[in-house]
Amino acid sequence: MPMTITEKILAKAAGKDSVKPGDLINAKVDLVLANDITGPVAIKEFAKIGVDRVWDKDRVALVPDHFTPNKDIKSAEQAKMVRDFAHNQELTSYFEVGRMGIEHCLLPEQGLVGPGDVIIGADSHTCTYGALGAFATGVGSTDLAAAMALGETWFKVPESIKFVYNGKLNKWVGGKDLILYTIGRIGVDGALYRAMEFCGEAISQLSMDGRFTMCNMAIEAGGKNGIIQPDEITRQYVEGRTKRPYTFFTSDPDAQYAEVYEFDVTKIEPQVAFPHLPENARPVSEAGQVDIDQAVIGSCTNGRMEDLRLAAEVLKGKKVNKRVRLIIIPGTQEIYRQAMREGLFDIFLDAGAVISTPTCGPCLGGHMGILAKGERCIATTNRNFVGRMGHAESEVYLANPAVTAASAVTGRISHPEEVL
Amino acid sequence: MKLQGKVWKFGNDVDTDLIIAARYLNSSDPAELARHCMEDADPHFALNVKPGDILVAGKNFGCGSSREHAPIAIKAAGISCVVAKSFARIFYRNAFNIGLPIFECPELIDELNEGDTISVDANTGTIVNLTTGKEYQAAPIPDFMRQIIGAGGLINYVKGRVNQGV
Repeated sequence: MPMTITEKILAKAAGKDSVKPGDLINAKVDLVLANDITGPVAIKEFAKIGVDRVWDKDRVALVPDHFTPNKDIKSAEQAKMVRDFAHNQELTSYFEVGRMGIEHCLLPEQGLVGPGDVIIGADSHTCTYGALGAFATGVGSTDLAAAMALGETWFKVPESIKFVYNGKLNKWVGGKDLILYTIGRIGVDGALYRAMEFCGEAISQLSMDGRFTMCNMAIEAGGKNGIIQPDEITRQYVEGRTKRPYTFFTSDPDAQYAEVYEFDVTKIEPQVAFPHLPENARPVSEAGQVDIDQAVIGSCTNGRMEDLRLAAEVLKGKKVNKRVRLIIIPGTQEIYRQAMREGLFDIFLDAGAVISTPTCGPCLGGHMGILAKGERCIATTNRNFVGRMGHAESEVYLANPAVTAASAVTGRISHPEEVL
Repeated sequence: MKLQGKVWKFGNDVDTDLIIAARYLNSSDPAELARHCMEDADPHFALNVKPGDILVAGKNFGCGSSREHAPIAIKAAGISCVVAKSFARIFYRNAFNIGLPIFECPELIDELNEGDTISVDANTGTIVNLTTGKEYQAAPIPDFMRQIIGAGGLINYVKGRVNQGV
């Protein structure tokens, strides 16, 4: 029976020859993940199951990245609970502050997720790992607790939607713009309960960083997972990095899709998603006059090397507008060091930006960049919901790192060409 | 089981940040989360919600984060069930896992007003608007979800499996 890549991965994990959309399966998981917000709830639920040990100490990853370094006593206590659990269970993939990174930047970098894997994480952006050709999806803490005990979980096999991106990308257009454009076309529930499979010439040209960005935001369209078939670029990324054996799955040419979208990327320019939903995307040239108070470059969506290099390309020799705070957050310690080595920090510091340790802080309105009433922020993050970055009457505009950097310079939402 | 209560009505795409803002996620205490439930959508909600009240919304309820704190906050606030046109996938799964009954019933939502009283038969999915007398049928709950509910939530379901050595 012809199958999509998502169906093939799930079939293998369930020990079946084939599965079809709608099937309920029990699938073995290759890795489970939680952070300092979702971890404590999972740990409490795990304790109720009545088993002493997690099913595999090498396959439970805990990354305290949301409120760390701890912003207050309550978050310190949550982080301590995660830390104590990790130590008591002798987990090999616990990442303490100083070795920690934003989870979805860190796990691929550390080679903990790979092609063909089934991964669940108590964080909705777990779908990021689909960029490697894995089935990865977000779950709640209780689901995670059950998987920590059993090493498996149940899934309903999703229908797949195929998104084909034809043509060559314009300058300053990357993964972020493709996904914002896509969500703008289908809406925030356009892929509800479904797998989003990204393919076509423009995807083949995308770097791994750009692919992570695209799959990261599948959840913003309601998708169960985002996925890209592994290719030579994937191979170069995972070779010598991914710790476990991996398998490259591909969709059969005659696999069944619920819908197929074809986009001509030569007509796509950098996108900006207006408040308060990621689907409110429009071309940056149609943004109009939107003054900003803050700009954030970072997060599990756009806190990788390529993102920082793009920001630096725009910011080199420029100054951040006097009315604007520019916050730059490298996704991991390794990205931090690499950016420093390449001299990007000099560019950022000369421009008047602040550089933070890896954290999810401002993206979820946690800390390190909270907005006051009436303030506007342009950010490379993934959500612009009401109150997402602070006050319920603040606003978040989503864009790629080049647009965000350019906007920090002009003080209003701007195309990168405006400042170069 | 019959659930009956006054309706709190919200719109489409109610996200997990609206249900419980991340600034309160340095706690996972249900009572603490309940105090801030729906705060950015309606600051009066947590103060005025009564045990048994029913939360009603449009499409894609619970979109956004995987945080289980969202259904936990709703349940701890005293809401007996949520009826929406549709639910975001992770929220749907989380609600069943923690034992918050949820129902999909688009027709009801379109014809319902804030403050109406409705009754929901949790077993059959039959919903009656007691204010207008009109009856509706929610989408059936998948069998597997019924098994989880029957076991008393996912943790009990898993506990059963562990004890049987399955």
